[in-house]
Amino acid sequence: MKYGVRARQFLAVVLVVTAVPAMAAWNNPYPAADTGKNILYSAFRERPKHLDPARAYSSNEYEFIAQIYEPPFQYHYLKRPYTLVPLTATAVPEPKFLDRQGKPLPRNAPASAIAYSVYEIRIRPGIRYQPHPAFAHDDKSEYRYHALTERDLAGRYTVADFPHTDTRELIAADYVYQIKRLAHPRLHSPVQSVMNDYIVGLRDYAKTLKQAHDKVAGGREEGVFLDLRNYPLAGAQEVDRYTYRVTIHGKYPQLLYWMAMPFFAPMPWEADRFFSQPGMAAKNLTLDWYPVGTGAYMLMENNPNRRMVLERNPNYHDERYPAEGEAGDVEKGLLRDAGEPLPFVDKVVFSLEKESIPYWAKFLQGYYDRSGVLAESFDQAIKFTGSGDTDVSDEMKEKGIRLLTSIAPSTYYMGFNMLDPVVGGYTERARKLRQAVSIAVDYEEQISIFRNGRGIPAQGILPPGIFGYEEGCAGVNPYIYDCVNGQLRRKPIEAARKLLAEAGYPNGVDEKSGKPLLLYFDTPAIGPEEKAQLDWTRKQFAKLNIQLVVRATDYNRFQEKMRKGDAQIFIWGWNADYPDPENFLFLLYGPNARVGHDGENTANYQNTEFDRLFERVKNMDNGPERLFLIRQAMAIARRDAPWLWGVHPKQFLLEHVWVANAKPHNMANNTLKYLRVDPALRAGQREAWNRPVAWPFVVVAVLLVGGVVPAFIAWRRREKKGATE
Amino acid sequence: MIAYIIRRLLYAIPILIGVNLITFALFFFVNSPDDMARIHLGVKRVTPEAIAKWKADRGYDKPLVYNTDAPGLAKATDTIFYRHSLKLFVLDFGRSDEGRDIYYDITNRMWPSLAIALPTFLVGILVYVTFALLLAFFRGSYLDAGGVVVCVVLMSISTLFYVIGGQYLVSKLLHLVPISGYDDSGWLAFKFLTLPVAVGVVSAIGANTRLYRTFFLEEIGKDYVRTARAKGLSEARVLFRHVLQNAMIPILTGVVVVIPLLFIGSLIMESFFGIPGLGSYTIDAIHSQDFAIVRAMVFLGSVLYIVGLILTDLSYTLVDPRVRLE
Amino acid sequence: MPIQPVFLWTDVLIYVLLAAAVGFGLYASRHEHLRTPWRQVARRPMAMAAAVVLAAYVGTGLLDSIHFRERLPDQTQYSAEVQSVLDRLLHPLRARVETTYSAPFAATAYAKETVEHPDGRRTREYPRLRYGGAHLVDAAGATRDIALRVVTASATALLAWAALTAMFVLAWREKGQAFPLAVRRLARGDSPVPWRTVLVTVGVLILLVANAGHLSLYYHVLGTDQVGQDVLLKSLKSVRTGLVIGTLTTLVMLPFAVLFGLMAGYFRGWVDDVIQYTYTTLSSIPGVLLIAAAILSLQVYMANHPESFDNVVARADTRLLFLCVILGVTSWTSLCRLLRGEALKLREADYVQAAQALGASHGWVLARHLFPNVMHVVLITVVLDFSGLVLAEAVLSYVGVGVDPSMDSWGNMINSARLEMAREPMVWWSLAAAFLFMFALVLAANMFADAVRDAFDPRLRK
Repeated sequence: MKYGVRARQFLAVVLVVTAVPAMAAWNNPYPAADTGKNILYSAFRERPKHLDPARAYSSNEYEFIAQIYEPPFQYHYLKRPYTLVPLTATAVPEPKFLDRQGKPLPRNAPASAIAYSVYEIRIRPGIRYQPHPAFAHDDKSEYRYHALTERDLAGRYTVADFPHTDTRELIAADYVYQIKRLAHPRLHSPVQSVMNDYIVGLRDYAKTLKQAHDKVAGGREEGVFLDLRNYPLAGAQEVDRYTYRVTIHGKYPQLLYWMAMPFFAPMPWEADRFFSQPGMAAKNLTLDWYPVGTGAYMLMENNPNRRMVLERNPNYHDERYPAEGEAGDVEKGLLRDAGEPLPFVDKVVFSLEKESIPYWAKFLQGYYDRSGVLAESFDQAIKFTGSGDTDVSDEMKEKGIRLLTSIAPSTYYMGFNMLDPVVGGYTERARKLRQAVSIAVDYEEQISIFRNGRGIPAQGILPPGIFGYEEGCAGVNPYIYDCVNGQLRRKPIEAARKLLAEAGYPNGVDEKSGKPLLLYFDTPAIGPEEKAQLDWTRKQFAKLNIQLVVRATDYNRFQEKMRKGDAQIFIWGWNADYPDPENFLFLLYGPNARVGHDGENTANYQNTEFDRLFERVKNMDNGPERLFLIRQAMAIARRDAPWLWGVHPKQFLLEHVWVANAKPHNMANNTLKYLRVDPALRAGQREAWNRPVAWPFVVVAVLLVGGVVPAFIAWRRREKKGATE
Repeated sequence: MIAYIIRRLLYAIPILIGVNLITFALFFFVNSPDDMARIHLGVKRVTPEAIAKWKADRGYDKPLVYNTDAPGLAKATDTIFYRHSLKLFVLDFGRSDEGRDIYYDITNRMWPSLAIALPTFLVGILVYVTFALLLAFFRGSYLDAGGVVVCVVLMSISTLFYVIGGQYLVSKLLHLVPISGYDDSGWLAFKFLTLPVAVGVVSAIGANTRLYRTFFLEEIGKDYVRTARAKGLSEARVLFRHVLQNAMIPILTGVVVVIPLLFIGSLIMESFFGIPGLGSYTIDAIHSQDFAIVRAMVFLGSVLYIVGLILTDLSYTLVDPRVRLE
Repeated sequence: MPIQPVFLWTDVLIYVLLAAAVGFGLYASRHEHLRTPWRQVARRPMAMAAAVVLAAYVGTGLLDSIHFRERLPDQTQYSAEVQSVLDRLLHPLRARVETTYSAPFAATAYAKETVEHPDGRRTREYPRLRYGGAHLVDAAGATRDIALRVVTASATALLAWAALTAMFVLAWREKGQAFPLAVRRLARGDSPVPWRTVLVTVGVLILLVANAGHLSLYYHVLGTDQVGQDVLLKSLKSVRTGLVIGTLTTLVMLPFAVLFGLMAGYFRGWVDDVIQYTYTTLSSIPGVLLIAAAILSLQVYMANHPESFDNVVARADTRLLFLCVILGVTSWTSLCRLLRGEALKLREADYVQAAQALGASHGWVLARHLFPNVMHVVLITVVLDFSGLVLAEAVLSYVGVGVDPSMDSWGNMINSARLEMAREPMVWWSLAAAFLFMFALVLAANMFADAVRDAFDPRLRK
């Protein structure tokens, strides 16, 4: 009898467990209350280190702060090639050129005559900051939180713990304040060294600030507020409430691109004052952690161990979705929202997702709205259409997933250390060895195995989309490729063997010493994930009978080898700061060498002719002359082959059907404001895709019980027998 | 007793100094302050001045252990070791090299670690004892023999397989729980924690069930059990009343040492399941070479381990009054 | 000479270990008190089956521990590449490299590739593999072909096994016993040592090896990995890594643990204090962290002395040895503590007291009286630790402080497999292969260790 009751209870439990599917998805990682809200779900892989616009310099940091801080200019969301448009400014200014005496020069003055360029930027009135305690006033119209004591700070751990907030209008002085911060002694801005060369007076300004800071600090480590308004900087000056002026040395048209980056976003002095109070830093209350901006979003939750949440800035100024784009945008539905006020999404939730498997799984389950394509899941996601184009696979298409592709303005190359006695140098012998290797390392295969076709083999330093890049046979690297019927073909391996023999290593053996040729590949890749890549690289060199020894070290040691010039062959990459050929060509500029100058020329390539051409190309406006000079420079570099030009990666972005208005943009980061989601559609799909399957567990439970019951019965029988005996 | 504890705590001090010295030596043999600066300042456009500034800001520009330039006592105090390692004894963990307060981070990240480690620990003991008891109960039968074989099979499988298999089966195929992540509020927390806890329990089921079974069998073989059975007590009563109680002593005293370490969490579970606890904190710190955090975690780990040892000794006296602490 | 022998550090240590094992075997066979427990082990069928499996692994590992360089054809130089005997035996597998993944027994690639037709048309299709199933005209005929080959290989294997069994019976039967009778006795399991189990296990192994060997000449039995290497080859190459970690770790830590443990217990006083302090300090540092820091510092050393590590194998080997050492450092403390306790007890024993009274030196007492009496503790620890260490390797590789990435190991295989699991269709074979090979080794080791413990532990031996 007793057992009968238990069995019935058990059955009831089973029924409940199997009937639950009606209740919505069990594996929803978000609170059930958020279902159906206008929220965009995204992920971040690495916790951002800096959110201070003077310090942040990596894409995972820009992902957040670009939505919050607004520099005067931005890139047009839809137009290609990349075009600068005003954001908080009224217009993108034309520089005024001055000579050494400060006399104005005509627009077409030669670069050598120009001593100064002056940019006068006028911002729109009426733009206001996000609500923030730094702006809050008390009854006596004093700043409420600007003179806090230890006691006031007790129990406050986040900015949300300060209940009173206020806002203020954006003024030109805020932009000037931020430019001055680039030289702040405590901030270590990564662009300070670059800007020292351009912004007038910035180098000395850093020294002034250092002295001033030491005086104000008086030995204190923290809680030092240096009011930069009291220290004038010649290169950045406020003209009136809404206008400021930036003066730079010489001609440097790329400055405008820099000014579209968060380094040149406004910083209200109140925020600096607020976060510089003693005791704040000890609680991680810093500007590096809590951004204060005028942008479309503000950071509401800041927990980089788990989640970052952006919410719509209630004070956001009037900005409209662009009304024109490039050809084809109308068909793609990208102009449907033309003229609508931005932003569309109320809240953006970024979850920390370090491992790629959960990331991809959650995207497929509908819990992330967009995802990059991982190499691992490529064939599931992508199929190739007949014409060689790519599209999502049928399975994805059924789910309504869309694919967006774009070629990133970046390059991944394998470099030779030009200071190395074997592979380096400018002798015919070394050059031919490098060219032979360049032919042997089959980047087409690399792209197909490790990138699943997501990239194009580079013909030179410039990626597509950058002025000076030429498609097809016009842009061929004649040392590595043949042009056959308008198609590029990698030269056969025999050509490489021939070059190797001419270099004095017939069949991979040094003629002089009779020893087999041993080359070294230096890499910071020490994890097992990279093993396949290393094996592949070894295979490539083995084609020429060259043994490649992999010298894997940790990241630091690798950096040190690069710095000292001890590396031989290595892999490196570069992401463009701005869409200008100068930002790539300088990677081969002699005075920019890694060894001795700590520059970005990692191969330590030195060629006076190339350097001369670079110096001319650098400040030129785009045009036939510039193209001509770039071609000449490229021809020199291709012949010397300091790099295996490697690959320009293609970026694939997948998005669910409920996301609208997405267009990949490789320069702009402040693109979240253009996106739109359909929460109702999403909620339905998520439920349909995530029906829980509980029966296997019921089966396992039954089996377990089934295993014990016979033993139990046998035992009872034995027990009874024992009792009766 | 109190005197004993105090003595043990005093004895811990030289051990902690030793731990500190070893960590310090290992870490600075591996990377110079220059390397640390480079890691933290990023790759693009880093100048030697920026590195010098970074080091000066964090006190890494001092000599390692002996400062020949400083006067008098400062020779020993104006060094990286003194300024960074000895403060730990007053639980002043200082700032991480990224500039965040470590104490604050540790107190924050302790709870997720605990939220996964404590249920794993408790559910684990419950499950292992139940299974071990079951096997002991049916000792000699096919269930026992089969159970032991299953245990050996289970303990021959790497933890990694349990994690990979669990995530694949439960989350990806069956859609039962989120595949990874963490939240600390109610039902959602339950959803996130189920899988890691289950995997944690299952992965250790083989070894522990087998171990506990031997404890039970050892106890069953003792004279008093035979006496009890001779007095006519049923097998179940004997097992639950006498054997269970006495066999719990070696089980509990064996696990006491790990209780304080539950705070530290599990490196593997936390990184696979994206739990923002102290385990993943440590791994991240190792990867980003944040010496300040590594040092703090080592110190904390050692302290907790020593506390665990003391607790173990105390637990012996509690369960067995014959053991006297000297 | 066409070849030049190469002695890696771990090779040398393996030889030392082998010599020690043989020496111990000889020693044990002459001493009754050691022979008895071993005989007990030999009577357990499970233990003997496990021993056969272990022997197969050890054999593979030893073949992979004899290294040499080949002389280059038509030159006086030796090749820079270091090979092992196993590499040589598996040469057919090594040479048959595909471009990328392929499933077990597949004749076509795992993923579609863009194929350019002569007329310039491009299509995505599954290309045929370069080696796997290359003898087939039509990839669809693979199943039939495989079945035929399995039958052939199995038949050969069974014949070989029958011959082996017959030879064994001839040697084993009692004098004058009729052959059929001896076979019947064997089949009944009528012998103190479970020869029946041993022979069946050997038979199964022969069957597996024959099939794998025959089929792998035509197919990739366990598929290929991302760069097209045969997974079976990788799994076999990983055997040595697993064994080295499992055995050398204990070997390198053993002298310290035994010496310090015995000294602490025997001398007590300040010696005891110092040794206790050392091991408490070491054991209170979280192990992973100690290992991570040590491996990182080794890399520093290797980066600063590139000339001493001029080939891939030597680098990986140094790292493997270092990993063993540092794993040993983190694990010697528990054995040391155990031995200290034993020594504390033993120093009060009558014969030790007597030896001391007769004026024997401390060294003599330690070596002659204490050490032989703790041998069983050492043996049990060594055997029990083995499987744990093999498993630890995988976990350490996950954290990134395991063996060198260029070295084949199950840990490395599992790690790359984590990402492969996300592929669609799923690449399961690397994971499955690592799982099977590792599981068989650890299971065998566990079962063997159980038997050894039961036989040697005086607490259980009643």
